[in-house]
Amino acid sequence: MNVPAELKFTQEHEWVKLEGNVATVGITDYAQAELSDVVFVELPEVGDSVENGETFGTIEAVKALSELFSPISGKVVAVNDQLADSPELVNSDPYGDGWMIKVEVGNPASVDSLLSADDYKNLIS
Amino acid sequence: MVDMDTKKTPLYESHVAAGGKLVEFAGYSMPVQYRGIIDEHKKVREAVGLFDVSHMGEFFVRGPKALDFLQKVTINDVSKLEAGQAQYSAMCYQNGGIIDDLIVYRFADAYMLIVNAGNIAKNFDWLLQHVEDGVALTDDSDDYALMALQGRHAEAVLQDLTKIQLSEVKFYRFAEGDVAGRKAIVSRTGYTGEDGFEIAVGPNDAEPVWQSLMAAGSSYGIEPIGLGARDTLRLEMKYCLYGNDIDETTNPLEAGLGWITKLDKGDFIGASVLRKVKEDKPKRKLVGLQLTDRNIARHGYDILHDGVRVGVITSGSLSPSLGYPIALGYVEAELAVPDTELIVQIRNREASAKVVKTPFYKKPY
Repeated sequence: MNVPAELKFTQEHEWVKLEGNVATVGITDYAQAELSDVVFVELPEVGDSVENGETFGTIEAVKALSELFSPISGKVVAVNDQLADSPELVNSDPYGDGWMIKVEVGNPASVDSLLSADDYKNLIS
Repeated sequence: MVDMDTKKTPLYESHVAAGGKLVEFAGYSMPVQYRGIIDEHKKVREAVGLFDVSHMGEFFVRGPKALDFLQKVTINDVSKLEAGQAQYSAMCYQNGGIIDDLIVYRFADAYMLIVNAGNIAKNFDWLLQHVEDGVALTDDSDDYALMALQGRHAEAVLQDLTKIQLSEVKFYRFAEGDVAGRKAIVSRTGYTGEDGFEIAVGPNDAEPVWQSLMAAGSSYGIEPIGLGARDTLRLEMKYCLYGNDIDETTNPLEAGLGWITKLDKGDFIGASVLRKVKEDKPKRKLVGLQLTDRNIARHGYDILHDGVRVGVITSGSLSPSLGYPIALGYVEAELAVPDTELIVQIRNREASAKVVKTPFYKKPY
């Protein structure tokens, strides 16, 4: 299972990549494999606020529905519009083209408290 | 996760070796998918796929009163069956509620019933309660492995491995013979809406027959198919899934199974209630729904009309063949008309849906 060393992770199987004060958020390779065929991703809009630990969207897979939990607090500055037509990108490229939202984080240091790649590997092993 | 009490089919090791994602289903560890539900679905629609359905149960009914017994406990007319013919049917309680749906096979000297895995014990107990002198009933589920070879190339693949003349085995007919050198029962049946066969063999023959079918199908691109795609394939055909679309609280007439409910065949368990239901017309009907948005309507979601709850979703998925979400649900009978606009309450959202004709999908050959 692919767990990139440079990313941070959550117990709910999201990943976070912090660049400056903007965090990109998606779901992990493990999560996409567990969900299997993603058919629809419901995301917030640019300008919406997300709160650490609160839901920011839902993922419909063929077999099940799951909620997306925000690992950080801040304002949504970009949403992956490609997922509207190609939700399968979440399965084929979870850490790349399958990203979900970019959030301007008020407190970038809060990302440090998320799980490291090693911590996350332990969680899913 | 698979716990210690979960049963394994004789093909379990093949599923693990093929990268199958195993889940517990009806007490068995079964592959829900290998590569992905949508890919596997399309493989069956466009070429051919192989399913392990060994979890299904097999009962045999023998004896001079076997026909009378089956006429009493099943709703279809078993007297119409010739040897070598199979029939889709159901068993009902006195109140008309469905105990299970099943297929009845008539052999020269016996009948075989193939029943849902989750209902094996319940069905067998029920049947035992109604057995009379002159009827021998046995549960032979552990003596059979069952595979389904489904898709337009199924006949070509299977013909490579058997001397049975498959072109003569018509829909819902079966033959006994060797497949890949092993004794088998081959029926032209399935749960996908494609041409195809179900192949019953002894448990020790399952693995070699499975491998032979995979090898014979390789030039057609055959792949193993999991229960996830089995569900989306059957949903596109509006084939009922026991526990979702039909159960002890639904009757066959409202479920659209009037075509197997032979109220004129004589008395059978449930007949008097079902005759009354037919006379009064069912109050609700199972319909196919097409949804406008991308959300999936799932089992248990409410169906609304003019702001009032008029029914409930029983099954739903994205239709991989059609590219939009489809669902089955019970609605009040007067709304069970194609093009009726309805609302499905999907969590906090009201999703538009309309009643459509079924099956949702028809094979193009």
